[in-house]
Parts: sequence; structure tokens; C-alpha cells
Amino acid sequence: MALPPELGRQDRLEPTEGEKTVNLDQRIQSAKDNWKAEQEGDDVRVYVGSATCGLAAGARGILNQLPGILADLNIEAQIVPVGCIGMCFAEPLVDIQEPGKPRVSYRNVSSEVLPSILEGQLKNGGPPKEWVFGTLGEGHYGELGRLEEMAVLAPQRRIALRNCGWIDPTLLDHYLARDGYVGLQRALGMKPEEVIQEVVDSGLRGRGGGGFPTGLKWSFCRKAKGDQKYLICNADEGDPGAFMDRSVLEGDPHAVLEGMAIAAYAIGASVAYIYIRAEYPLAVQRLLHAMDQMREIGVLGKDLLGSGFDLEIKIKQGAGAFVCGEETALIASIEGQRGMPRPRPPFPANQGLFGKPSNVNNVETLGNVASILREGSKWYSGFGTTESPGTKTFALTGKVNNPGLIEVPMGITLREVVYGVGGGVLDGRPFKAAQTGGPSGGCLPEQFLDMPIEYASLAKAGSIMGSGGLVIMDDLTCTVDIARYFLTFTQNESCGKCTPCRVGTKEMLTILERICDGKGQEGDIELLEELGDSIKKASLCGLGQTAPNPTLTTIKYFREEYEAHIRDHTCPGQTCKALLPVDSEATLVHTGLIRMTADRCDACGKCVEACAVAHSESKDPELAMNEDPLPRPRVRLQPVRGVTVPTSCRHCEAAACVLVCPTGAMAKTGQGGPVLCDDDVCIGCSACVIACPYGVPEAYLEGEKITKCDLCIDRLDKGGIPACVEACPTTCLEWVKR
Amino acid sequence: MEDVPSVSVVDWRRQIAGQFASRPEYLIPILQSIQEDAGFLPPESMVATARHLRIPESKVYGVASFYAQFNFEPQGEHRVTICRGTACHVKGSGRIESEISDQLGVPPGGTTGDMLFTLEAVACVGACALAPVVVINGEVFGDQSVDSVKQAVDKLREDSTEE
Repeated sequence: MALPPELGRQDRLEPTEGEKTVNLDQRIQSAKDNWKAEQEGDDVRVYVGSATCGLAAGARGILNQLPGILADLNIEAQIVPVGCIGMCFAEPLVDIQEPGKPRVSYRNVSSEVLPSILEGQLKNGGPPKEWVFGTLGEGHYGELGRLEEMAVLAPQRRIALRNCGWIDPTLLDHYLARDGYVGLQRALGMKPEEVIQEVVDSGLRGRGGGGFPTGLKWSFCRKAKGDQKYLICNADEGDPGAFMDRSVLEGDPHAVLEGMAIAAYAIGASVAYIYIRAEYPLAVQRLLHAMDQMREIGVLGKDLLGSGFDLEIKIKQGAGAFVCGEETALIASIEGQRGMPRPRPPFPANQGLFGKPSNVNNVETLGNVASILREGSKWYSGFGTTESPGTKTFALTGKVNNPGLIEVPMGITLREVVYGVGGGVLDGRPFKAAQTGGPSGGCLPEQFLDMPIEYASLAKAGSIMGSGGLVIMDDLTCTVDIARYFLTFTQNESCGKCTPCRVGTKEMLTILERICDGKGQEGDIELLEELGDSIKKASLCGLGQTAPNPTLTTIKYFREEYEAHIRDHTCPGQTCKALLPVDSEATLVHTGLIRMTADRCDACGKCVEACAVAHSESKDPELAMNEDPLPRPRVRLQPVRGVTVPTSCRHCEAAACVLVCPTGAMAKTGQGGPVLCDDDVCIGCSACVIACPYGVPEAYLEGEKITKCDLCIDRLDKGGIPACVEACPTTCLEWVKR
Repeated sequence: MEDVPSVSVVDWRRQIAGQFASRPEYLIPILQSIQEDAGFLPPESMVATARHLRIPESKVYGVASFYAQFNFEPQGEHRVTICRGTACHVKGSGRIESEISDQLGVPPGGTTGDMLFTLEAVACVGACALAPVVVINGEVFGDQSVDSVKQAVDKLREDSTEE
């Protein structure tokens, strides 16, 4: 991923001098006046959601198209690209605001309907109802429903996301107009210890997943002895299925930067780092731009707002390693090392970056800090529960009607999130489970729908709050497959430093893959539990300590699904390819039959030849003859009661070969599917050769492997038919679909 | 393989020294900047980096090979990135990955023989609400299917062969 050229420059330059005190109060006041004038002026304003999600859904095309359409309609309007408002399911979102009226929001706007929408609302005197989503902001617009009162927004309380989708993230004045940098101003007027006390009182806990009280963490670093201290903002959002940090950084970069300035002041750090994923180029761009603006008003550089406190912020781009979300690994990565965690203590608060006292906070945590300092700790702890005050952002995704970014007060129930904000499960299917905390969290089944979401209750249920990924699953999701998926990820991302994580996750994954392939054995579930328990206890860092969680919780709550895979060779979620039932569309092609009509056979041998060629390396009749080993046909011409006929595998339902196979290499692929031999697993013991009543399996390669008819599944996959049937000139062999 | 104009260790070092101070913490930014220029990390550039920062070559290679971002082979003209995040997985990105891999004839991480395409699978792009997501040459496309990605790849191939 591209490294912006400015970054090299930023990294090399020594701290630049902040401009001498601009009067911030005046600046804020003028920004507010401008904002008011903008809101109440005579201009029509068109807002377009242009964060990564909006752009992916087609916002760029709309932005390009807008000036032309407005000119055609002879309408004067200001176009405002805004951040993500969180309703990603409705992207591209276009809002039109007429002077003195609330914003009218249109969902899923395509370039075809855009002209009609603009013309409808601005020329023909009324928003065209068929595309209206609702109105945003104070007041009513005719009979249109207000989004704030609809189920999707009503339960939400926006603190970290308060500006996302409301302001143009590239304009400093927009941020200032919404009381930007007031929190920093207040903090700089207090003693650092008082700032820390304010955060302690607010009850804010780390939003990266751990939930450690933020104020307490700051006080450790404050008290540590050292000439130089560092603040680090962890924006290495690596959990698959989570994108809260990206949205905040893209939609409201100043909120995070203000939080960083406050935190740096509180712990006494003159240098701060933002460690951000390389996958988020837009966020990096927005941050660099915002930092230039901070220098303009003297809240970055030397002598912040005349307080005598200096701050320099540097951006470090990650290079693609999930484990770098762990704080000691992250620190190693900033230092230019391999991103591997180290045992703690010493904690980073005492010995962190370059051996100096350091404090690592997550983006969302810092995004809350400015609001806490601005409004006071009492105000903040008024949200949520006593144990977990405040709000939490979640990336709500998966099989849900309204996926997107949400911010809800702590203590809200899962049901309110899924059926209220989320609009229910996709296609009205039954809810099966919710996965919180990504690859470190767990699956919560239906019985937890009414459980309040907070740190303690989630931990009790075997999951974690995590950074905020919330994936909803319906009855068509296989929990074993989900466990396998997450373990594939963690196994891949394990840094390899400690053995329990490196070897343990690999072993667990092997077992899960076996179960998904229909080759699970009795005792596998118990083995998984035992392994998972050991890995949790013995691993060095959070990655290993939580990696078994998805597997352990799915076993705990969906044990019968594992048993179905192992004992009945079925996948209740209809996901595992090898175990799909007959009537599933995906395997229909595999469930045909080769029908043989004996009296049509001329014993020409074409089927035998075609079969051998189809199973050769070259697939070419001329070249196949010279291959070594010589390709083997899977069909034979045999005399049966006086006539010669082609015989091949019957692909029996209760196949003798499958029953005797000691390694599980010989397996029936779903009910009605072909019996296949997995060459990688086969040890050539020839038990199947003895067991088959029709003499089908043959030993080859000096008895090391087995050949048998595979029903030409590779050809079936491509929509073809078995080679022997295709070659038969007399229709003795026919392909009959079931 | 296409001819990649080779740059000597001395030239690489000159280029690096012009941009970065000799401090070990700049190792990753330097490697990122080289990859930005060359598309991958040529061996000469890593030797030059080691000399500039006065650290062993093995350390440079150790760090470069640890992170998923760095490539040691030249990359294709077009980059097709398939998101394998949770939301995308639940919505069928696994099938897109295997079908596109078949279409291009390379596994994820591989580059086609004609140097046209590099196929890549990443853990999460962070646009989960639009799953399944595919990134083609840096542009994010939401709500993709096997067919839509196949068509996009075919179109890129046509455009490239016409030129």
C-alpha cells in the first residue's frame, strides 16, 4: 500500500514551531458564526457520504456527477462531502438541505435517480417520497419521518461519533463550530493530575478490547520516572469485521487528535505516535491534513495555547501484522523491529517505546477523552451502567438488515441492537448467534439476546467486548466453519514466538478442518477443548490467550453441531462443502448417476480410453500414452452373464470401502454424492480393494495409492459430464441427473 | 520475466539517505518507501538499507519478511485484493477467492506469468457493511459476486492487451 510522500518528510523533520498564540476563543466564535450562517443561509446544501464505505458504494460517481446535474437544473447549491454517518447499508447516502429546513436523507442513491431526486425536491416543490430515507436534524419537513426517531437511530447515543457525517472532516472550522478544542483548552488550564482524576471519575475504560480503566493507566505513566515519555495511539485496527477506528479517523480526525493532546498533557509526553494500518490510506491523509490545521491555531508544536507544554505527533504506518495491535508488539514495530510481543512486566508505562515510559490508547478511547474534558466526568458517567459507563461503538455486520457503524450506551441488550438498530436478521431468518470481539471473542447464542452488553456480562458468557466487531449469524451459518475461519486467521497471524500459540493453534486448526471435511473423529471435540484450555493458559500475549475463544464458545453453545459433523456427516448450517445434502443447489451437479444399458454396448472401449485420458496429466490422447506413470482408466470392460459391459464404481450409499478405510481417505461426499479417495490421506493399505463387492478400487504405484472412479467431479464442477459418458458412441452410458 | 531496471546498491543508498536519517526506527518507513517506488523490495535495496542504518542485512530481511505488506518478487500490473474479513466470509468471499484464483491460475499472493495480475487476500479492508468487498487497483468495490469480479478481471485483461 502506498506511503504518501509527505509521510517521509514528516518522519524526518524535527518538530516545527507552532505559531504563536492565536486566540482560540475568537477563532471558535467566528467558526460558530460561520457555521450558523451556513446552516441558516440561503444556500441549498447537498451532503454526500464519502468515507471508504460510501466511496465503495459509488459516492465518487455521484460527487463527479453532481455539479453537472445542478448546472442543468439551474440550481445553486453547495456540495459538502461528509464522513460516515454509520448507516452503511443505505450508502450512497445523499442529503439535501434547504434553508431553514432539516436535512432530507436519500438512501441507496444511484446516478440514474439522482437527477429526479434533485429536481423533485428543489424544483417541483417536494421530496420524491419513494427515495426518501428520513430527515436529519431539528424540526419537521412535512410528513417525512425523522431518522432520529426511527429504530435505527433512536437507541443510539453518539459521543465518539458525534461529528461523523455531520461535518466536513477536512474543514477545521466545522470541528471548531461543534466546540472543538474546548476540552483541550480546559485541560491545559488544569494540573495534569486533575485531568487524570477527571478521566478516572468518568469511568472510561479502554475501548480497544481489554477494558482497563483509562485514567488508572495514565496515572501509572504519569508516575513513572523518565526524562522523555511517549503517548501512542493504537489505530492498528486489525480485527476482521471491525471498522470503527477507520470511520472515526476518516470522519472526525480532530476528535482523536484533541484526545491525544489531552492525554499527552496528562501523562507528560511531548511526543506522540499514531500507529495506523497501511490499509487505511484515506485516514492517513485526513490525519496529516488535520495536523497542519492544528499547527495553524497553535494546538500542536511548541507551547500549546501558551501553556508552556510542547507536543509533536508522528504517524507510523503499520505493515500488515495483526499481532501489532498488542501493545508491546506495537512498540517493537514502531522501533523498527519485528512486531513480536514480549513478556510483561516491565509494563510499557515504565519501559515502553525506546525503553521510555509510554502509554498506549485505542482510537475510540482517545475519541471519548475530548468530550469528557469538555462536558465533565459526571455527564459522561451518566451514560451506560455503573460498572461500564459511557457508550461503545460497534461495527454491526453479517446477516443483518442494517449493517453499519453504531454507537450505543453500555448495558443495551443484544436484542435491541439486532432487532432495533440492526433492523432484524436478513430475509427474516431466525437469529442463531452473535459474534463479538472478532477472532479473540466468542459466539453468543439466542439465550443471550436479553443480556446487557458490558464488559463483565460478556466475559461471563465466555466472550469479550473486543474492539467492537459484532457479526450477526442466521441459521444458515455453520458455527464450526466460523470457528475454523477465525482460527485460520489467528494461526496465520501468530507471530511464532511462543510455542503454545504457534503449535497449538495449528493443531486446533487441523482438527477443525478435519471436522469440516466430514472426517472428524470421536474425541475430537474433547481434544479441542483440552488444547484450547492449554493455549489460553500458556500463551505469552493476548493473541494466543484469546485465540481459542471462538472455538471454545461454539463448542459450549453449539456442541450438537460439532456432533452432527462428526457422527452424522451433516452440516446443519449447510455451509461445509463436503457435507452438503443432496437437495442443496451447490452440489446438485455432483449427484447425477451414470446409467448403463447393457444391450447397447458394442465393447468398443472408447469409455476406457476417454477415462484414462481424462485422468492423465496432459488431458491429451497423444501425449497421455507417453506419460509416466501411465494414466489408469477407472472404468473396465468386463464380461457379465455372456455380454461385455463397462463397469465402474456404483458410489454406494453405505459403501463398504468407506466403512473399512482406516484413515478416512475414502469418503462419501454428502448424501448421494460420489465416493472419493483423498490421495493425500490414503496410505495404500488396500482394505477397500478387499472390501468392495464389485472389485472397483485398484492399487497402483506399487500398491502405494488407490485409484477408483471419481465421477469426473472436476468436469462436473465446470458444468460438463463424465468423460466415459461423453465418449460413448452408442448411448450405452448415459448421464442422469437426480 | 520482464526486465526490471536494476538499481545498484550505491544508487539505492543515495536515494534512501536523501530521504531518511540513519536511525533504526526508520527501517519500516524506508522499506515502505522502496516498495512504493519499485513495487517490491529488490535485494540491492535491502543491502543499501542495512548499510544506511548500520544494522545487519539479516535484520532487514527479518523485519521485511515478518510483515505481510512486503513483497520480494515483482508484482503484476493490476492488483486484485479479496477481503477475507468475517463479514465478507459470512457473505461468501471464500468462493470468490477460489474462483478468481482458478480464473487467474495463481494462488492468493501469486502473480500471473504475463505479469498482468497479482492476486491478494487480506484480512479486512474495513468496509464490512458492503461485504463481500474486493479492491481492484486501490479502488474499493462493495457487494461483489463471483461473476462481477470475473468480469472486472476480464475487462482489465482486455484493456491491457489492446494497448
